[in-house]
Amino acid sequence: MNWKFTLPRIGAALIALIGISMLIFAIARVMPGDPARIALGPNATEEQVATLRAERHLDAALPVQYWEFVKALSRGDLGRSLYTNRPVTTDIAQFLPATLELVLVSVIIMVVVGLPLGALSAHFRGRFPDHLGRLIALLGICTPAFVWGVILQLVFGYFYPIFPIEGRLLESTPVPPTVTGFYLIDTLLSGNLSAFGDALHHLILPATALALAGIGQTARLTRSNMIEVYAKPYVEMASAYGFRPWRIATRYAFRPAFIPTLTILGLECAAMLGNAFLVEKVFGWPGISRYGVEVIIRKDLDAIVGTVLIIAAAFLIMNILVDVLVSIINPRIRLSQRKS
Amino acid sequence: MAAPSAPAGGNKPRSKALAAFFGNPLSVLGLAIVTVIVLLSVFADWLTPYPEHVGPIGDFAAMNMPPDETYRLGTDTMGRDLFTRIVYGYQLSLIMAVVVLSIATPVGVVVGLVAGYKGGWIDYALMRITDIFLAVPPLVLAMAIMGFLQPTLMNGMLAITAMWWPWYARLIYNVTRAEAQEGYVLAAETVGASTAHILFREILPNCWPSILTKMTLDIGFVILMASSLSFLGLGVQPPTPDLGSMVAEGAKYMPDAWWLSVWPAIAILIVVLGFNLVGDGLREAFEAES
Repeated sequence: MNWKFTLPRIGAALIALIGISMLIFAIARVMPGDPARIALGPNATEEQVATLRAERHLDAALPVQYWEFVKALSRGDLGRSLYTNRPVTTDIAQFLPATLELVLVSVIIMVVVGLPLGALSAHFRGRFPDHLGRLIALLGICTPAFVWGVILQLVFGYFYPIFPIEGRLLESTPVPPTVTGFYLIDTLLSGNLSAFGDALHHLILPATALALAGIGQTARLTRSNMIEVYAKPYVEMASAYGFRPWRIATRYAFRPAFIPTLTILGLECAAMLGNAFLVEKVFGWPGISRYGVEVIIRKDLDAIVGTVLIIAAAFLIMNILVDVLVSIINPRIRLSQRKS
Repeated sequence: MAAPSAPAGGNKPRSKALAAFFGNPLSVLGLAIVTVIVLLSVFADWLTPYPEHVGPIGDFAAMNMPPDETYRLGTDTMGRDLFTRIVYGYQLSLIMAVVVLSIATPVGVVVGLVAGYKGGWIDYALMRITDIFLAVPPLVLAMAIMGFLQPTLMNGMLAITAMWWPWYARLIYNVTRAEAQEGYVLAAETVGASTAHILFREILPNCWPSILTKMTLDIGFVILMASSLSFLGLGVQPPTPDLGSMVAEGAKYMPDAWWLSVWPAIAILIVVLGFNLVGDGLREAFEAES
């Protein structure tokens, strides 16, 4: 681990996170309407509203309110959701793993499908597999995740009912004891293989819908990078030596082409956190995104601020991880950073 | 794509760029899609078969009709012609995209130019603010803003604009940083040109190709974002025809009335695809020009 490279990135991410908390906090408080009244609804009495205002320091100046919020946050307290009537942290702990599991499976699909697709396109440049690959990539990029969700659900859920349409498990499958909240892991830990299969079965459609945009982007970038590498003299030399095309593709062209792709993999993972909102709605996936939409529609202030913060944190962590990973694979980036 | 198409007359960069654009069948396809959609939207009142179906009610005798001779794409739960509503949905989407970009682009470009040219603490402060907006998935930020506002067309555009300008700031910042080292900027500085002159007369013209390409691509992506918001119920409210909410509404009647959500879904795909193809074509054309 290269701390000189990593620490400034963590610092910048922390600044961004503080900024985001101020921004979302300010938006939540500046918006028209009395947050306490909105939260309690039209039937609440004046006293109830006044009590809530006092409890949440809503009458204090904005910086004072923010300070109270930060103090509470440092105790691990994000306030109370009025929708579930539980601490926001409890809600997040319950709903976040489902979303992370969905996003992680999508990332795996994106890498396993997107990279080879781009590599094949480059290898068969200008021929049929290339055209097909680029068409798939383009469709992936141009179609919102919810459109894919609806289409996949219609085709593979209704017309050819191969996959379940919604939820994480069949009703007949017992929910595994919570260890990580990832059903794929929890079912394995409890030794219930059929439940594992069921969880996987439920994941495939939503994860594919979520992965398609990323598949498009990675395939596109891998293709153009590999075409660039194919033009390099050392590849020409390798083919002059009579190396087989397969060996040239896998050993010489793919690796350097992979590094710039890795950078946008981070961006794509982050985009998936946002798009999960759409896919979770289509597939009734009980994750943080569905929770986020519910609390936004109900104007549940603490819950909205908490959800946005936790998603921003996940987003920033993903980006740092990718940056560090890239620097490990490609020493030139590390070195150029040190010089400047 | 890179195959040199027949160079049309002369070596003027402009004609090279035109040849590069029209030499690629995909760019031409994109341009055709965009042209048709723009014409349909502008002349929607004359070109749609049932312009009165834009409101809350249609023909109650023809509810949930599958695609047939009278209703080419079928009707919705209120007996309204889907084709008509999709065209008006396009109209709304295009208006949103144009408004969002005509605010977000200048703001982002100015921030990027100033931060990239001035450097120092101005650079640091402006770019850290930009980073804050880039530190949340765009959809999530737009949703959160919408959550506190009334779901109207105006507020939807506001929320999308708020998360769109940072991308232009980033792009122009990078271009400006590179351009600021060039000889022509130094020359302008030496003869004592004002900062405003250097930013807008010297550096900005060199940013135009990047800006135009990105704006074309972004018309599609703003439409995608707006439809995502309204799919979640955070966009324009009924009865205004909106592609995203049409998909969401139709999904409730799957699979029997599949046309309710499939056509609007495909309509979104087509418009984003069209602007993407044109954007890619423009990028190649600008590369051929230089």
